[in-house]
Amino acid sequence: MEVFVQQLINGLTLGSIYGLIAIGYTMVFGILNMVNFAHASVFLVSAFIALNALLVLTTWLGMSSMVLALIIIMIVSMVLTSVLNWSIERVAYRPLRHSFRLAPLISSIGMSIFLTNFVQVTQGQRNKSIPPLFHQQITLIKSEVYTVAVSYEQITIWVVTGLLLLAFWYLVTKTSLGRAQRACEQDQKMASLVGVNVDYTISITFIIAAALAAVAGTMYLMYYGVVNFSDGFVPGIKAFTAAVLGGIGSLPGAVIGGLVIGVIETMWSAYFTIDYKDVAVFCVLAITLIFLPQGLLGRPDVEKV
Amino acid sequence: MVGEAPVGATQAAVTRALKEAVVTGLLAAAVFLPLIAFTSEPSMQNTLQLETHWGLFLIIVAIIAGLRFVQILFIVPWLERRPSKPAAPSAPVSTARRLVVRFFAPVAIGLLALYPPLVIVATGWSGSLKWIDNFGIQILIYVMLGWGLNIVVGLAGLLDLGYVAFYAVGAYSYALLSKTFGLSFWMLLPMAGILASFWGILLGFPVLRLRGDYLAIVTLAFGEIIRLILINWVPVTGGYAGISGIPRPTFFGIPFTANEDGFAAVFGLEFTPLYRTIFLYYVILGLALFTAFITIRLRRMPVGRAWEALREDEIACRSLGINTTNTKLTAFAVGAMLAGFAGSFFAARQGFISPESFTAIESASILSIVVLGGMGSQIGVAIAAILLVGGTEIMRELDFLKHIFGADFEPIRYRMLLFGLAMVLIMIWKPRGLISTRSPTVFLEERKAIPADLLREGRG
Repeated sequence: MEVFVQQLINGLTLGSIYGLIAIGYTMVFGILNMVNFAHASVFLVSAFIALNALLVLTTWLGMSSMVLALIIIMIVSMVLTSVLNWSIERVAYRPLRHSFRLAPLISSIGMSIFLTNFVQVTQGQRNKSIPPLFHQQITLIKSEVYTVAVSYEQITIWVVTGLLLLAFWYLVTKTSLGRAQRACEQDQKMASLVGVNVDYTISITFIIAAALAAVAGTMYLMYYGVVNFSDGFVPGIKAFTAAVLGGIGSLPGAVIGGLVIGVIETMWSAYFTIDYKDVAVFCVLAITLIFLPQGLLGRPDVEKV
Repeated sequence: MVGEAPVGATQAAVTRALKEAVVTGLLAAAVFLPLIAFTSEPSMQNTLQLETHWGLFLIIVAIIAGLRFVQILFIVPWLERRPSKPAAPSAPVSTARRLVVRFFAPVAIGLLALYPPLVIVATGWSGSLKWIDNFGIQILIYVMLGWGLNIVVGLAGLLDLGYVAFYAVGAYSYALLSKTFGLSFWMLLPMAGILASFWGILLGFPVLRLRGDYLAIVTLAFGEIIRLILINWVPVTGGYAGISGIPRPTFFGIPFTANEDGFAAVFGLEFTPLYRTIFLYYVILGLALFTAFITIRLRRMPVGRAWEALREDEIACRSLGINTTNTKLTAFAVGAMLAGFAGSFFAARQGFISPESFTAIESASILSIVVLGGMGSQIGVAIAAILLVGGTEIMRELDFLKHIFGADFEPIRYRMLLFGLAMVLIMIWKPRGLISTRSPTVFLEERKAIPADLLREGRG
């Protein structure tokens, strides 16, 4: 029982990170109808931006307040990652928007390879580890054999994810920008006829996706305390799995999918074997696609000629 | 180019280009500031030490701004001024072109067959090993993999990102079966192909009903599953350590060893390891040509035509009564079988395999060969394999760059970086790849080349 509660806590933390990345996949898929393979690499880059920003803050400026440092690196990472993703969309996807079906997909695969290797070449191949930001944790259940605890990092992740999702939900449902976005998802040509600036909306979509991925990247760095150039790939596929499980195109679905995937992963590691935890998640992806292709909250895919 | 434009326009154009260049430079600075200007190295106390590279950062930002300036000022006006050629779908293939098409393949095959003797004449016995092994065999493996994947991606239009999984199945099948049962290379070659295509059907069956982009990510995940199994199933696969001491292929039962019953002794020749390399070269050449041959033949069969129809428009195919799942499955299985052949050859050539050789990056390299060459074009794929793999091998040789960039500069580290960049740039420049015209398999009266811009793909 104690193990279960502890794994549930860990799983929800991990799932929050996956959920934030998954929103990026699902938004871009909704609007451009393409899987943005480079999104995982954007997530990775954001973790490195956060790492270097943290080092600048602590070693150059001698900042000692960890809460303030965390807020600053999160904002720096969000801004710079947004610039990066905006540039990627301009350079690699916009010229291909009316090209043939596989072209933007292949371009995004190329971009993903480029970014990952760019990080490898410039930042080096070794693991980068940082000291833990917080040291305390709150004990929830204490028995002789097992202690269930929540660390401050986990609480930070929940709070930040929750606040961000609230802001994001407001943006998409209540503002004119969100309305434009939903219009573009349904029919780009029609949206442009009624005065929605499609290019601008798509750019904003990429910026929002990047900002959410940057928060996920910063929290990934904070939670694990270590980052490596190859760390984007597996979280990327898992977040995509989350997006598919929740129903691709559905924003609440992406978050729910992320949480479910996070819990499945930690439960599998606890009760079965940790070696095959990634295999378990990939199998969830395959099973979902076979038996529930529209996902938990997605609309069924209607094919039009 | 500037001289041709009016002076007033030039002034405005330069200002505009400068403005664009400054904006691009600022964006590049924002993107590269945290990634190039700052790096970190673990110190002795295992804390990260911040390092700065302002010089490199400024140079790269300046280069990007400069490129943007040149693009706005010269390249864009030049592209606009160039008379847009009206697409001429009905232009018959010219005689010169027809001659090139007619004689290209025989001449190329002849050259490939003569390659080892030519290299030996040019570089001598000892120097030729590197050229035949690193350039000849290595490139031909990728040509074969590219052609195999070309069936899946180029003909049937299924984006397969886990192709290397079948390559791995072939390699491990050969390694395990030959070590356990002592079967020969020639017996295991078809067996490895069958096993790989069996896996192809097994993995393909559930996922081939999916749309193109889902298929891409599921195959990526499956490739990763197979790699994780290879890593974690230690009793069988040896885990990270891999399998070593894999039996090498023999020349009709005669091994390539220095012993009395070895190849050199039997034929009364002086022993050199080169014989095995030359033999392997001809084996992979044969396998690659076999791949090309069955691709050409399959394209003329109903199933091949169904593949190409499926690539162009899946809905139309279904309404014509083609069973799309079965058609996709055959493409997947044939592609997997060819990867299995290549994998068993790879294991036999290396004598050692480990999961390191079968990463997702490897899949991406093969895919980029197919994409850059022009999906569906066999000659394009071969040219792309020569350029990309040969380019990689040449990068290993570029020692003079160390004098320019310093002693710790290793060009090979930039290989995948350039691959990725090339994929993006080629997609923007020529979304259909280097050789983008297609000649139809079925035609009325006379064969006409179809320019890329007339090709449109349906959904599916």
